[in-house]
Amino acid sequence: MDKVVTIEEAIARHVRDGMTIAMGTGLESCIPFAAGHEIVRQGRRDLTLVGPVSDILFDQLIGAGCVARVIAAWVGNVGAGIAYSFRRAVEDGVPRPLAVEDHSNFTLALALEAAARGVPYLPSRTALGSDLVRGHPRLREVTCPFTGARLLAVAALRPDVTVLHVQRCDREGNAHLWGNLGVSLEAARAAGTVILTCEELVDDDVIRSDPNRTLIPGFLVGAVAVVPAGSHPSPTQGYVNRDDRFYDEYHEETRSRDGFLRWLDRLVLGTRDHQEYLARIGEDRIRRLRPREPRPAAPVSYGV
Amino acid sequence: MSYTASELLAVSASRLLADGKIVFAGVGTPLLAASLARLTHAPHLTIVVEGGAIGLEAEPGRLPISTNEMRAGRRAVMLPSITQIFLYAQRGYFDYGFLGGAQIDPYGNINTSVIGPAERPRVRLPGSGGACDIACHCREIVIVTRHERRRFVERLDFVTSPGQVGAGDGRRRAGLLFGRVTAVVTDLALMDFDPATGRMRVVALQPGADLAQVREQTGFELAAAAEPDRLPAPSEQELALVRALDPARTFLG
Repeated sequence: MDKVVTIEEAIARHVRDGMTIAMGTGLESCIPFAAGHEIVRQGRRDLTLVGPVSDILFDQLIGAGCVARVIAAWVGNVGAGIAYSFRRAVEDGVPRPLAVEDHSNFTLALALEAAARGVPYLPSRTALGSDLVRGHPRLREVTCPFTGARLLAVAALRPDVTVLHVQRCDREGNAHLWGNLGVSLEAARAAGTVILTCEELVDDDVIRSDPNRTLIPGFLVGAVAVVPAGSHPSPTQGYVNRDDRFYDEYHEETRSRDGFLRWLDRLVLGTRDHQEYLARIGEDRIRRLRPREPRPAAPVSYGV
Repeated sequence: MSYTASELLAVSASRLLADGKIVFAGVGTPLLAASLARLTHAPHLTIVVEGGAIGLEAEPGRLPISTNEMRAGRRAVMLPSITQIFLYAQRGYFDYGFLGGAQIDPYGNINTSVIGPAERPRVRLPGSGGACDIACHCREIVIVTRHERRRFVERLDFVTSPGQVGAGDGRRRAGLLFGRVTAVVTDLALMDFDPATGRMRVVALQPGADLAQVREQTGFELAAAAEPDRLPAPSEQELALVRALDPARTFLG
């Protein structure tokens, strides 16, 4: 089935107010910023965002007033530290109060993995002795029924939608991914449906030429949108490097609420789509983020 | 030979890493220290980063800003998911784990979550990331940080990452099977934990630092020998190498 739509259609069709959305599951790589910006433009509200380390994408959606709750291990600006919209929401309720379900990277990974496996929880030995567990809705100390050992039970977390940015996929959403994956595969298998944004839409012969590299099967996917550089300013291995300077500029510009609103107007609300966003960033700047030279992997033979 | 506090931290931390071991390192000082160790006394040290890279060889001058991007994956032998990285950690494969922190208590527990009450924080910090998991699952945990009174506090507002947890067998009582905080490295001193009280104590002083200064910058009672050892200053070679790793001084400041 052909699932290719525009990013506007993908968000309009699959992301509704009040939903639980996993994004930035690649951690600091392949963050679907273009999809996040479209969620802001379409004015979604009361979302629960899920992602271990969201970098500044969550900060932007929080500042834009789209978010009621985050389920995360770390919310900030990886290059610069603190993220100001997140702080303003938690400390002062601006632009609206924000609930935070705190995790470690491993507990969040296990919560998604439990949902991916279709079980209510997974046992682990992490976070024991940490205050993260205290009063937590999804973490509970339990006794192993076989050994009597003290364990941490991590309850399943099932996002309504997981949004991933990938290198290439076919029209059905069978996707090749490489580089740092974070918890993207776990989040995709855990979700009700998956929206893919891709650098390249390829013929299914390309996918079938290297099926071990297919990490997302098309049957998980509800929509495919072609959005080159859709992860900017985060990197997509082999296509676009990390725009380190962007994070520092964001940090400075969003220090005050007014500064954030100006930033949001200039790059998100004041742009019609991702192409216009990229034009505002500047063609030259994007070109400089392209890898300087290709570094292909050694080919493998599937010959019979 | 002059050097900065961050250079001193990277060099001192690198010396704690033995050849042939596996170190779970974050970006910044930990990755500088681990990369420096590979260039000096520990060429067979395997660096693992939580973003999902095993055996990376960071390029001097292009050290990653996050643990999860192509600079962190350079020449890695494997790029697993972070779930897999932490499952390896939980099995006990990783020898060292490096941690920093906004607040550290006398038992080596760390807070990176909130300053003030958790329900209504005065300052909301970014959170655990993978720090809590690294603290739970590495065999030897090394805390690397600047020595400041506001960091070294008697009581944490929130325990994000368990260190020794409490006196005696605190970690075992909490359910953690192995691992302990073996060292706290600062720009003033090297510290470990007294097995009897479980509390942090001074083992050795950095060049130029004295005990009064260390105590002045520590917000809790800190035991020490009458004449603590003195750590050797960074060598010219160590300083040249660590500066070559970060010529733009992104991490060295």
